[in-house]
Amino acid sequence: MTDAAIPTTTPVVRSRRMRPQWLTLPVIIGFAIIAFWVVVAVTVPLWTPYDPLMIAGRRLQAPSMAHWLGTDALGRDVLVRTLYGARYSLPIAVIVVAVAVAIGSALGAIAGYLGGLVDSVIMRFVDVTLAFPPILLAMAVTAALGPGLDNAAIAMVAVSWPVYARLMRAQVLSLRGREHVEAAIAAGASRPRVLIRHILPLAWSPTLVNATMDLGQIVLLAASLSFIGLGALPPTPEWGQMISEGAVHFYSWWIAFGPGMAILSMVLGFSFVGDGLRDLFDPRSGT
Amino acid sequence: MLRTIVRRLIAVPLLLLGVVTIAFLLSNMTKGDPLVAIVGERQMTNPEVVAAAKARWGLDRPLPERYLVYVGNLLSGDLGTSFRTKRPVAQDLMVRLPATLELVIAAMIVGIVGGISLGVAAAHFRDKGMDHAARVLALLGSSVPVFWSGLLMLYVFSVLLGWLPGPGRLDPRMAAPPAVTGFYTVDALLAGDWPAFVDAARRLVLPAIVLGWAVLGIITRLVRASMLDVLGQDYILAARSKGATERRVLFNHALRNAMIPTLTIIGFSFAYLITGAVLTEAVFSWPGIGTYAVDAARALDYPAIIGVTIVGGAAFLLTNLVTDVAYALADPRVKLG
Repeated sequence: MTDAAIPTTTPVVRSRRMRPQWLTLPVIIGFAIIAFWVVVAVTVPLWTPYDPLMIAGRRLQAPSMAHWLGTDALGRDVLVRTLYGARYSLPIAVIVVAVAVAIGSALGAIAGYLGGLVDSVIMRFVDVTLAFPPILLAMAVTAALGPGLDNAAIAMVAVSWPVYARLMRAQVLSLRGREHVEAAIAAGASRPRVLIRHILPLAWSPTLVNATMDLGQIVLLAASLSFIGLGALPPTPEWGQMISEGAVHFYSWWIAFGPGMAILSMVLGFSFVGDGLRDLFDPRSGT
Repeated sequence: MLRTIVRRLIAVPLLLLGVVTIAFLLSNMTKGDPLVAIVGERQMTNPEVVAAAKARWGLDRPLPERYLVYVGNLLSGDLGTSFRTKRPVAQDLMVRLPATLELVIAAMIVGIVGGISLGVAAAHFRDKGMDHAARVLALLGSSVPVFWSGLLMLYVFSVLLGWLPGPGRLDPRMAAPPAVTGFYTVDALLAGDWPAFVDAARRLVLPAIVLGWAVLGIITRLVRASMLDVLGQDYILAARSKGATERRVLFNHALRNAMIPTLTIIGFSFAYLITGAVLTEAVFSWPGIGTYAVDAARALDYPAIIGVTIVGGAAFLLTNLVTDVAYALADPRVKLG
């Protein structure tokens, strides 16, 4: 795949040690941010001086050496809570995107491969789901199921799968007529086998790029739902929930500062990496 | 082209019916008992009150029947009655619509004017400081959580610097101007109430910037890309060689063609505005539809949530339709597929 990133028309003399073209500075920064949060999420209980749910000092303290990002209304350490927040946001984003990709891609692949009535039914369902503003649909679903992170996750799957159905359907449609597919059919391969063994392996790259970017967007949406009061409930150290506590204690700006920066870094990290992956898979679309 | 527009016009009501159906099914999947929300926890043990409430809200009828009644009511403009405010949802929404529209229009202006200027500047000063600054600003716009940037901006510009007033549409000590359009800024001007106009306009600044920032980011990026694309073409070279001033080349020759792709994005960025408006209104205590939706969701006020969702979906579909048509009219090469 890396060979595809090298423009074939211009014979550039490249030293062997040079990094591949898609690995630009933002992409490296993006990887670094994500790696940072993954490490934090996995190891945070081992090295933080305070417990995220326990009182660590006087309430509403401004940032100091003892509490780098201050303390919240109950006297809990904001930095520790922010770091613990990754333990909620990251797994939720990964699970939501994985499930949305699985559902969306499966339905899209079936729609594109079978065509006809199945295709129409599935794609009209996609159209209707995409007709909702995502946040409103997510709010309605979460409210219907009852507030909580798990229900918010279901709601986020409900709003994010249709895009993957469209992406996968378009890929399958364009690959369906390829010669190697026809050859497989001629050789007597069954329809599921043709789809799974001969079409799907070639159809993943747009989905992968979109999924990477979506990870950041899901972190943002999860925090939004929590901020509204439909996602994580207190005392969970979830970023949106923490920002809503910060909104209540508005003059203690530091309560919301850390979690906001955390969300921002996560969104930026995933979109940088997503950009890099897009350049890697499709060098012509470069900016 | 006329035929394809007609085809779109037919598809929109069908999609709307789908939206209504999904919203209705959602409201009947509810785990939390809406009855509790109506009669209150304590009255749940009183069978008479419960039966009366069930009958009043139609909760005792079978699902298909309720669905037909609901769709029928919708067609006559009845979105049901809010559990929380005890008023018709449609009426609640109409009261709150002007506040949201005023905010969204202000945000659109910020996004379009700011985005086009930044995009043109970034393309003109390609790879210079201005270009990088515009890119960072654009990037932040689409990544920053609005419910956080709103809080920070309020803190900085209202508390620390004292340049702008706090949240809300108008100083609580001021009387709202007599409603003509429902836009406080316009109504205050029409009534000749200068202090109210100044206060309303100043209170609009922060939420409009917070909300418009995402759109600004999208438009900046797109205008920059299409300007660079257009500036490399022969007719620009021709215009320059004929001695046209740089400003004339940028705005009369390049921008006009670069605007065609931008037009679509302006339409579709409406989606961002709806999403953002819900959260921005919540932060700025803006008494619009977004705050209404949030309050309804928190109180599990299903008729209200569904009403907002349907209205939001309808607005979304119609904007997309208008965008498609406008795009087709602006660029004769486009054929709607």
